[in-house]
Amino acid sequence: MTHWIIAPVVLPALVAALMVVALRHSLALQRAASIVSILALNAIAVALLASATQTGPEAYFLGNWPAPFGIVLVLDRLSAMMVLLLTGLALPVVLYAVGSGWDAKGAHFHPLLQFLLMGIAGAFLTGDAFNLFVFFEVLLIASYGLMIHGGTRDRTRAGIQYVAFNLVGSSLFLIALATIYAVTGTLNMADLAEKLPTLPDGDAALIRVAAVMLIMVFAIKGALVPLQFWLPGTYANAPGVVASMFAVMTKVGAYATLRFGTLIFPTTLPATGPLVAEMLLPAALLTLAIGAIGILGATTLPRLVAMAAIASMGTAFIAIAAFTPATTSAALYYILHSTLATAALFLVADLVTRRRTDGMLTAQSPIAQSGLIGALFMVAAIAIAGMPPLSGFIGKLLILDAWRDHAATVWTAILVSTFLTILGLSRAGSTLFWKSQATAGDAPKPKPEPLAFAAVFALLAGLAALTILAGPVTRWLDATAASLYDPAPYIAATKLYQDRADAP
Amino acid sequence: MSLALIAALPFLGALLPGLTIRLGRNACALATGLVTATALLLLAFHAPAVLRGEVVQTRIDWLPSLGLNANFFLDGLGLLFAGLILGIGLLIILYARFYLAARDPMGQFYTYLLLFQGAMVGIVLSDNILLLLIFWELTSLSSFLLIGYWKHLPEGRQGARMALAVTGGGGLAMIAGMLILGNIVGSYDLTVILQNKALIQASPLYIPALILILLGAFTKSAQFPFHFWLPHAMAAPTPVSAYLHSATMVKAGLFLMARMWPVLAGTPEWFWIVATTGLVTMVLAAKIALFKDDLKALLAFSTVSHLGLITMLLGFGTKAAATVAVFHIINHATFKAALFMVAGIVDHEAHTRDLKRLGGLRVLMPITFTIALLASLSMAGIPPLNGFLSKELMLEEAAHAVWLTPWAMGLLATIGALFSVAYSFRFLAHGFLGPVRKDYPHKPHDPGFGLWAAPAFLASLVVLIGLVPMLTASWLVNAAASAVTGEAVAVKITHWHGLEAPALWMSLAAIGGGLALLGLHPRLMAIWNASPRPDAKRIFDALIEPLAAAARDLTATLHNGSLTRAIAIATLAIAAASAYAFATGTHLPGDRALLPLSTVPVIVWAILMIAALATVVLHRDRVVALLLTGIVGLVISIGFAWFSAPDLALTQITVEVVTILLMLLALNFLPKTTPVESTAPRRARDAAIAGIAGLGIGGLALALMTRAPAFDPISHFHLAQSKPGAGGTNAVNTIIVDFRGYDTYGEIIVLGIAALVIFALSEALLRSPTVSARLRAIGSGTNDAGDRHPMMLAIAARVLLPLAMMVGVYLYLRGHNLPGGGFVAGLVFAIAYLTQYLASGYVWSHRRQRYDHHILIGGGVLVASLAGVGAWVMGLPFLTSGYDYVTLWPLETFELATAAIFDLGVFLCVLGAVMLSLASLSRMALRAGEKVNPDAFDIDPSREVR
Repeated sequence: MTHWIIAPVVLPALVAALMVVALRHSLALQRAASIVSILALNAIAVALLASATQTGPEAYFLGNWPAPFGIVLVLDRLSAMMVLLLTGLALPVVLYAVGSGWDAKGAHFHPLLQFLLMGIAGAFLTGDAFNLFVFFEVLLIASYGLMIHGGTRDRTRAGIQYVAFNLVGSSLFLIALATIYAVTGTLNMADLAEKLPTLPDGDAALIRVAAVMLIMVFAIKGALVPLQFWLPGTYANAPGVVASMFAVMTKVGAYATLRFGTLIFPTTLPATGPLVAEMLLPAALLTLAIGAIGILGATTLPRLVAMAAIASMGTAFIAIAAFTPATTSAALYYILHSTLATAALFLVADLVTRRRTDGMLTAQSPIAQSGLIGALFMVAAIAIAGMPPLSGFIGKLLILDAWRDHAATVWTAILVSTFLTILGLSRAGSTLFWKSQATAGDAPKPKPEPLAFAAVFALLAGLAALTILAGPVTRWLDATAASLYDPAPYIAATKLYQDRADAP
Repeated sequence: MSLALIAALPFLGALLPGLTIRLGRNACALATGLVTATALLLLAFHAPAVLRGEVVQTRIDWLPSLGLNANFFLDGLGLLFAGLILGIGLLIILYARFYLAARDPMGQFYTYLLLFQGAMVGIVLSDNILLLLIFWELTSLSSFLLIGYWKHLPEGRQGARMALAVTGGGGLAMIAGMLILGNIVGSYDLTVILQNKALIQASPLYIPALILILLGAFTKSAQFPFHFWLPHAMAAPTPVSAYLHSATMVKAGLFLMARMWPVLAGTPEWFWIVATTGLVTMVLAAKIALFKDDLKALLAFSTVSHLGLITMLLGFGTKAAATVAVFHIINHATFKAALFMVAGIVDHEAHTRDLKRLGGLRVLMPITFTIALLASLSMAGIPPLNGFLSKELMLEEAAHAVWLTPWAMGLLATIGALFSVAYSFRFLAHGFLGPVRKDYPHKPHDPGFGLWAAPAFLASLVVLIGLVPMLTASWLVNAAASAVTGEAVAVKITHWHGLEAPALWMSLAAIGGGLALLGLHPRLMAIWNASPRPDAKRIFDALIEPLAAAARDLTATLHNGSLTRAIAIATLAIAAASAYAFATGTHLPGDRALLPLSTVPVIVWAILMIAALATVVLHRDRVVALLLTGIVGLVISIGFAWFSAPDLALTQITVEVVTILLMLLALNFLPKTTPVESTAPRRARDAAIAGIAGLGIGGLALALMTRAPAFDPISHFHLAQSKPGAGGTNAVNTIIVDFRGYDTYGEIIVLGIAALVIFALSEALLRSPTVSARLRAIGSGTNDAGDRHPMMLAIAARVLLPLAMMVGVYLYLRGHNLPGGGFVAGLVFAIAYLTQYLASGYVWSHRRQRYDHHILIGGGVLVASLAGVGAWVMGLPFLTSGYDYVTLWPLETFELATAAIFDLGVFLCVLGAVMLSLASLSRMALRAGEKVNPDAFDIDPSREVR
């Protein structure tokens, strides 16, 4: 498998560079290259997943330097799953971008998309904390470019807020890394996992500060209260197709929290103890509440979906915050689900808003293909609300079941917020698709956008598959979650370095 | 498999109506009917076994780790309900075919109907409570679609939302209840749960579980105080009302109570909650029904009342009462579905359902009248019809139940029955009897056979069950009641219980009182209209609308788009959390000795502080602020140099120069000053927050700088291996291109992307007409210097160009061993080019540019990537570099490293990024009206001479 581990990073970088150098005058060629690249990435991601499942964690020593001195990539079940989720989402997104013509509304859509994939894949695969920072920067700047794609006034303004707020996060990340390095002398994640348990008592306070700061960096990415302020404006003003891709960006925060919370700062670590978990749970509960209230209180459709994205992150973080194998497995299932569901809902919202004068949740004249889009909205709304029969319900059941010992707070939060979500979505849907049908005016001629609709169908099919295959999927996730709480193989993989200087 | 198939068939079949509607409405209805009929047939195959007392099971593993499995079982209760759902479903499909108007999309209707049917069948066949929950919420969702089927009716939309909110919300409560139940027992399988009565009732969680589950059941079955949604759901087309809101969905709550009866019933809590709720609902709704003029509203409240009656019977917790409940479920389904269909027919023919505008239909619609007569007499409990049989049994049970006092239950039940008689007769008398009127909105007559066939069939059942109950119904009641109670039931249904049975006298009182009430109706109606009463819809709206408004306000306030506030909150949160983390951990100060203080650093430090503070004070003048930040940057590079980090100092200086130049160009397009938008208190607040954060970071930095790492730092390896391992003596550079070349790879891509984004953004801005207009406005307003491109500057720049490039090449080449490298070299080149642009203007310089800057960026990334990929050929990981020493006459022996190729990629990317940013800004300057200069400098003496 060796070199394939880095393929999810290098391939999109090469394709993007090639587009910038040679294909920048032909949108058609860029589209072709982009789609081919993403198809290839999907194939690679499947192979990586199979490898991680069969052989366990595997390290890739960049520059052929041993860890912790050089940078390592580590492919394990979790990183392989996240990469596959990323590439699996990218395919419908790129199809939608092509089908809807979004990619023609400004320069460099496809190179930026490829760079974004590179950045996110790099963040999932790296086994080095500083390298994680680098890839956070890659994905931040690429996502900023995509967010303001085609730039309107509101979008550009929201873009400034997005990038400014996230630069606060970047600075904090650097400060946290500096603290960790100054205290421990290393930034390799496996090395930290190994060394921190023997940290002298006198250094505990500083490492606790670093842990809290890091988790807050990830919380910014994951839009956790009170660091969620950037998300609604960003997601609501971004082009629909970009917002849809962003569904996986919040998961980078969730992934990093899980990785650091299990590998480096587990609850068993003497220096930090349950610090991370204690901070995450109240924040996650608040996030869910604010998201659900936002769904009910949204005045525009894109904002509603953005608030749904916040609520889903709240739910995911509730599951993460428990840091037990059972809850982590539930969290992973919910992360898979909510990425696809949020993306689908953003695409449907885009189908709607592009057919209307604006995204306001008011009755306007009927839109083309109202019946079909309405049905897609209903399915996506059911998914995001966590109603049966789609995977959202299973995800919530898993989380509720896993949190049974704290039923009073967690169950109440999840069930009441689900109720608010249903209220909000049913109000929005009945206004958009029923009340609008009743207003005067004939529906305009249908816009045939086969690729765009195919993209939405693909995401919904993904949700259906996740539902039907819940048994095998959760079995796989259970093993993945268990592996996070037994980091020995992960650490061991980073030590398998053999000097290959004398290789032919 | 076959049980799962019965549940799955309607879902699979839901695809058919959409396909067959293209073949016509008959084909569509036929296809839908066939689906239901097939499911019914499959069910019938199992009936003999179930009636023998066997339980049919199907188990399919779905999510075994959670305990959510597609397990189904069929016993008497399931058979009764599944039969009702599919049987009445078949009649509804027939009825709807003729009921729906030509403009109603029939395919959609049947699709929703089948989805609903599948969900209902799923509920009653589930052997897993999690699976049951899934079907449960599915009925809420599919009924949402059915109630809102007539999209143009606001009542339909609101009714649909209300029904979803109430029943869906109740379902959520039930999720919690079911999970608790499953946790008590240790299994989510119904058949297991049903065996654990003692365990469940002994658990301290029994009461919460009971309440939560009952919340689900009561909301679904429209029990007081959740009854209000049902009348509003009547905005649905009548087939929906008949199907969902009389025969099936609202009975899901009853089904659940019956299903859980063996383990939940029999406690005082159960009795008090369930029986009381049922009783109150029965009496209250019956009273309201009497005063409803709308046929469907009357039937809706009557339905609520009868659901209350059945709930009450289940609440008694006795085997006999449960048996009566089962019997009444059958009877109610038959007469009430028939009555709804009759109401639909009347509406369809007379174009009104208002009792005040009806009357006399007996003559005009004899067939419809006959059906209505039989069904409503059964509803009133008049012998010998089936409604009479179960009502008698109910009164008998009520008479023997002790609730507060020995007689209160019996009295109230009689009152409920009395109202029931009254509204049933009113339905008949005001709707069908009396003289024929001349002012119907539409002259009514009996509909075609298709429309009255279904209710007629149900009416015949009403009569048959009424006449020969032991033959037609007792076997089903026995099977179902045995399943409910868990004991063998052999029911004996008779018309005559003897004179000593209290039910006889209660029944007579009810009929007499009911007739009297009907006689008094006009006067009572006047009182009713005059008296204030709560309007459920208004109360519901009064709850939901403020909730939505509050949510709107909260969300708008929280996410008002203020960046400063967001960052202020984030900073405070970060500071607070960090302080908490620090305060709760052990901390020992570091033991590293402080460096002695000397004069020069103190002066430089003072300059830094002054510049930083001055930036804050003077930031409204943007050019000044920019220059001040430039000073900060320069001082930092001095600091690097002071601490023996020449590489960093070099990089910092060149970065500062390039940044300031680009920013100055960008400032051209912005106002020269920042307007005052903040108040003094807010500035004080922000200053305090910034102060807290700054002091915190300062303290942290101090703590870090005064300690040595707890473990041997990895930098020791880098220093030791720089020459032997990476082949360079400059450890900073070997870290950048060797040890951590992958980080650099990411960072140059960040730079490249940034330039691409600047380009894309400027493209988008230039395309916008408003931005172009504003740019032009800026351009015309500036006072240009007379000599924009002075000759001296141009010539100096030209002379400097090759020199600077040579310096750049030198820095690049020596990078591996001495301060320098591709990054700095790229910046030096960029500065040299920037100077040309400054000296001679964009157009002049641009005309001399051979390659697009994009190529530099993309090429840089390609070169760096390929330098990394090249190692694969040798079987080595990405970015592995090799080096060797080469002697080439007349030069000294020098080192050739593949890292240099990577560094070339760095160089190209940096250069391209700066140049593309410059080009983007220049294009905006041109749009802003900057004069195009074809010559290298404006005043050219040689040109003047010529």
